Amino acid sequence: MILAVAIKQVPNLTDDLEISADGTGLDYDALTYVLNEFDEQALEEAVLVKEAAGGSVTVVGIDTTGELDGALHTALAKGADRAMKVTGDFDRDLGSEGQAQLLAEAIRPLAADLLLTGVQAADDRDGQIGPRLAALLGWPYVGVVTHVTPEPGCVRVHKEYAGGLLAEFVVTLPAVIGVQASHQPPRYAPVSKIRQIAKTAQIESVAGQGTPASSSSVRRMFKPEAAGQAEMWAGEPEEVAGKIATLLTAKGLLKL
Amino acid sequence: MSNDILILAEHLNGKLADITNEMAGQARQLAGALGGQAVAVLLGSGAQALAESIGSDRVLYIDDPALAEFNPEAYARVLAAVVAQRQPRVVMLANSSVGMDLAAGLAVTTGLPLIAYVNALSAEDGRIVATSQIYGGKILAEAVPAGEACLVTCLAGAFRPEAGRAAAAVERIASPAPLDGLKVQFVRLIEPEAGDVDITQQALLVSIGRGIGGAENIELAQELAEALGTVVSASRPVTDAGWLPKTRQVGKSGLTVKPKVYLAFGISGAPEHLEGMRGAELIVAVNTDPKAPIFDVAHYGATCDILDLLPALTERVKSDT
Ligand SMILES: Cc1cc2nc3c(=O)[nH]c(=O)nc-3n(C[C@H](O)[C@H](O)[C@H](O)COP(=O)(O)OP(=O)(O)OC[C@H]3O[C@@H](n4cnc5c(N)ncnc54)[C@H](O)[C@@H]3O)c2cc1C
Ligand SMILES: Nc1ncnc2c1ncn2[C@@H]1O[C@H](COP(=O)(O)O)[C@@H](O)[C@H]1O
Repeated sequence: MILAVAIKQVPNLTDDLEISADGTGLDYDALTYVLNEFDEQALEEAVLVKEAAGGSVTVVGIDTTGELDGALHTALAKGADRAMKVTGDFDRDLGSEGQAQLLAEAIRPLAADLLLTGVQAADDRDGQIGPRLAALLGWPYVGVVTHVTPEPGCVRVHKEYAGGLLAEFVVTLPAVIGVQASHQPPRYAPVSKIRQIAKTAQIESVAGQGTPASSSSVRRMFKPEAAGQAEMWAGEPEEVAGKIATLLTAKGLLKL
Repeated sequence: MSNDILILAEHLNGKLADITNEMAGQARQLAGALGGQAVAVLLGSGAQALAESIGSDRVLYIDDPALAEFNPEAYARVLAAVVAQRQPRVVMLANSSVGMDLAAGLAVTTGLPLIAYVNALSAEDGRIVATSQIYGGKILAEAVPAGEACLVTCLAGAFRPEAGRAAAAVERIASPAPLDGLKVQFVRLIEPEAGDVDITQQALLVSIGRGIGGAENIELAQELAEALGTVVSASRPVTDAGWLPKTRQVGKSGLTVKPKVYLAFGISGAPEHLEGMRGAELIVAVNTDPKAPIFDVAHYGATCDILDLLPALTERVKSDT
């Protein structure tokens, strides 16, 4: 089975996110990037499917940060066979339409049977790329998936609803699946192995062609006003523990 | 184009999802401002009663055996046909497992812009303005679609539900799109396994997030929970990593809990987590990041390291009791 996985780097959400001077975006220069967590899950599921059914895994991303190589090397260390990046002079605010089009053009020639994406990326306009890619490629899409089992000509998937309820679907290939979680926790790649791969790996570059403009524009970005609603307790852990204990006692949850 | 607001009604296991009437309430307001109607679209089979329970101005009920269970491909075909016929100003879908499968594909087939993660929606001088919660809830973005019409996916709990209204007029029609030759086949629903404990029944929860750092630290939370006579619940990354069973997960795809006190330790407060615990009577959050969105819903907070706090609190509880 020919598998492809689309991966994306997103701002590290534990960083301070600062709004840009014009108030319509983030101050991107101040950000550090990490691999989108659901893409890590999608990659793991792809490698598990490959291990079960044979075939190959190609990871592909748009290099909007100039730092994608590290994520691609890590993916190779975890079991991907090929790594590709779409390069060009892209805006960091490149909209979902543009990203989906660039990716579709890069992925089409792979003649993949199965494309896995993360269910969403924790940045702007969430969760659009998987279904958009499916529509552009003319393939079916099922998202919020936690288990992919390969079968001849199709995959059997588990899709999550609220409260742990699952639905099972059989999806004819080629298809796009949006992965929420892999059915085994993602494997770990030792740093030494990633370093080794970084020295020898060939990352294929695809030049991205012009992209369509975004069909909606952000006119203002701001931080939630409710911020700081909580009454904050300062002090050492022991003091905070004391405050929590007092509160639990008041609520009748701690019997003295 | 009409000034109608179309809502995709969501239902599962014979039950209408709460968000349907939340969207209906908002759609009626918006439609009122634009001079149109709020029209809910329900796809199903033998679901007339559900269609009648929606608080929109009108309900379009599309009845077909192929729509008995949610099927993203079948739904996408029907919705594309309905949108093409009715030309609504706005199509509202839930930002749920169902809506997330459909909205962006529909954006491609209809050519309409999609604004996702919406928690506020209004009309300003006849133009649609939508506010999205992005970056895990840390940032809000106010966006305007390029054209007149757009699609939005809405967050659960963002809008006040439409309650106590008389049933809307239900128009029942056959599927406007062919539903044969589907590449996606629904097989079955799988009910969740019962866990060793039921986190929805606890008056107090010690809830941990990725801030716990690793499997080896789970013990610290277990010891505290034991001392307090309760159990440990968790955010999704903790159960995905296999550090705790899935039955302990709180949130959108986990369980909804409403304890008297919810102790959120090392949880950032992403919208998907808040969905499952914002109804708690009292929320205490401990997180090293003072800007974590969890502090927007918590009543009390502290920024200490939970790896220090957990043992300190366990000590304290043991010495107090
Ligand atoms: C369709 C869908 C459904 C989802 N369903 C759910 C769901 O049901 N439940 C759920 O929880 N999530 C769900 N998610 C995931 C959700 O988007 C977030 O990724 C998740 O809630 C983040 O969990 P977290 O807060 O534990 O981790 P993070 O966001 O990584 O936050 C960890 C926090 O710990 C803090 N921290 C780190 N170290 C320490 C320390 N030593 N002491 C104190 N604080 C520390 C950090 O500052 C950070 O704020 C879902 C996502 C999708 C797309
Ligand atoms: N620029 C990108 N490069 C590669 N994959 C992407 C990119 N943007 C999104 N994706 C994929 O699409 C998924 C959903 O992203 P999003 O629509 O941004 O929430 C991600 O989890 C990735 O798998």
